[in-house]
Amino acid sequence: MSQNQSPKTLFDKIWNNHLVGNKDDDNQLLYIDLHLVHEVTSPQAFEGLRLLKRKVRQPQKTLAVPDHNVPTLNRDNIEDELSKIQLEMLEKNTKDFGIEFFPINDVRQGIVHIIGPEQGLTQPGMTIVCGDSHTSTHGAFGALAFGIGTSEVEHVLATQTLIQNPAKNMRINLEGNMPFGVTAKDLILGIIGKIGAAGGTGHVIEYSGAVIQNLSMEGRMTICNMSIEAGARAGLIAPDEITFNYIKNRPRAPKKNWDKAINFWKDLPSDKGAKYDKEKILKVDKLDPQVTWGTSPQDVVSIKGKVPDPNTESDINRKNGMEKSLEYMDLKPGTKLEDIKIDQVFIGSCTNSRIEDLRAAAKIVKGKSVKTKAMVVPGSGLVKQQAEKEGLDKIFKDAGFEWRDSGCSMCLAMNADKLKPGERCASTSNRNFEGRQGKGGRSHLMSPIMAAAAAVAGHLIDVRELI
Amino acid sequence: MEKFTKLSGVAAPFTRINVDTDLIIPAEHLKTISRLGLGKHLFSYIRYNEDGSPKKEFILNQDRYKKSTILVTGKNFGCGSSREHAVWALSDFGIKCLIGSEFADIFYNNCFKNGILPIILDQSYIDKIVKKISFEKTSILNVNLEKQIITIAYDEFLKFKIDPYRKKCLLEGADDITLTLNKDSLISKFESNLKKKFPWLDR
Ligand code: SF4
Repeated sequence: MSQNQSPKTLFDKIWNNHLVGNKDDDNQLLYIDLHLVHEVTSPQAFEGLRLLKRKVRQPQKTLAVPDHNVPTLNRDNIEDELSKIQLEMLEKNTKDFGIEFFPINDVRQGIVHIIGPEQGLTQPGMTIVCGDSHTSTHGAFGALAFGIGTSEVEHVLATQTLIQNPAKNMRINLEGNMPFGVTAKDLILGIIGKIGAAGGTGHVIEYSGAVIQNLSMEGRMTICNMSIEAGARAGLIAPDEITFNYIKNRPRAPKKNWDKAINFWKDLPSDKGAKYDKEKILKVDKLDPQVTWGTSPQDVVSIKGKVPDPNTESDINRKNGMEKSLEYMDLKPGTKLEDIKIDQVFIGSCTNSRIEDLRAAAKIVKGKSVKTKAMVVPGSGLVKQQAEKEGLDKIFKDAGFEWRDSGCSMCLAMNADKLKPGERCASTSNRNFEGRQGKGGRSHLMSPIMAAAAAVAGHLIDVRELI
Repeated sequence: MEKFTKLSGVAAPFTRINVDTDLIIPAEHLKTISRLGLGKHLFSYIRYNEDGSPKKEFILNQDRYKKSTILVTGKNFGCGSSREHAVWALSDFGIKCLIGSEFADIFYNNCFKNGILPIILDQSYIDKIVKKISFEKTSILNVNLEKQIITIAYDEFLKFKIDPYRKKCLLEGADDITLTLNKDSLISKFESNLKKKFPWLDR
């Protein structure tokens, strides 16, 4: 077999299709099909263009939306002066450079990684970038999607390309049957717990196996979303009928070229015998719902488990890290996870704020009332609209949840939605870093149904007891 | 971009693992529209007390390390968010070089775009460097990018690897947008092929 015919991974195929010019260099020029832009990581990039009188090369391949800063209540009046400037700046920049913009009061506004797929902009085989690490979400469609810094945002705006060196390929095969009460969020938390927060560094992780094939697009997005929490450059899942059905008829899906597109997409999955730099297998049959106890997403245990003891750790740096985490989280080794009391519950973020997440959480809280402060922040205006159509808002509100407008909200606490120092939160977001949800706040990551269960119980609890 | 050729400076050991970009620069400081002025917020949650006074135990508050230009880091430094503000904050504080056994990918990329040199060495070397710079008399390191060496004593050198393209950009202070814009005809050619091959992507 010649070099060209050797079996290729999904990643290799997308990469080769997007190389501009010479393939032999270590650093290659990669063409970008879709560039998503938000208010926080773009102002300096537009400023750079202005200074050197540069244009945006392909404004029509760019979409901008405000999400990180936006209030989720009373959004007609943005009180925070700095946020207001940043939001106005995005509007002005997109106007000046001819880029499509979804304003804050547009029903299509939402978290940038929710709206790409929702609009049908995210499609298999594409290269997608955004000045945001959770761009990995879009990999669920078999698109090569990754986060970039602001200098690279400027580079893409000016040239529609990026200088990149190829990533290594890793495959994680998920085998077995998903146990009752276990969700995509538990799968990805379990994976990160196993391979570590740097387990994927330098790699693109392709998730495969029967478990993945049976997952909905929402679940696949949750998994790819948190690939970055395993340090990976991107996550990937081979496109299939579930993918195509999800895309079909969305506003920006291919219309007159649909059949051509499908034919191309069907050839994208990795070839039989394709080589991976690393391969892992995870059996899911015995997986319990997962919860984090520390300040790194790798600090994860089963809800049936206990807070681990740093003294059992032989690596000194890791031991010190665990001690710091426990001090920050105010937890003692040996505490049962189910005994941890919760002050606040957050259901939202680009990991878990899609309609399927809200439906699942609503089922748990229906007819019950919460024992904590609790809020639901839908991922987009359209998700919110759909949820209201189905009466989910009423279920949440009756149970004592606040029902908010879409945005990143308490996932990163750039707007008014923040934990107070010392407050402990059951969160469906993706990061439990120190101060991530507000200075001094403590985050436990989990699935939407686990968070809903925690709201009802007032402490961490195995959701299976409530179903 | 400022060039990076040689550096001689105080190196501070900050060996905590998994230092994320939220810790380097918390989200509340991301509301800026400028690249400048973020140094005062660097590590703010662990650097300052409630009243704004510096925490004595934090490494960069200690007299010896206040003027550090090199940070020796723990594993997986810069993980988490893609915010380039993390690099801008380090740079604004005066850090020009990072030495660690492992950096997160996006953070690593962002360093080069801002004239900061991130050096990757085996953890055993990192441990050795940390030991050395923990003494006042020996807290200065010399870094030579051209030769790819760190001098830790007058007769002791550590060789480091670096991607040639990135090395060149740092040495020349090159702006890679300009370099890419020079390839305009290649990009245009690619775009016209794209239209034919993937008509559904043509927006
Ligand atoms: S929801 Fe959270 S993780 Fe997702 S883009 Fe917003 S801030 Fe980032």
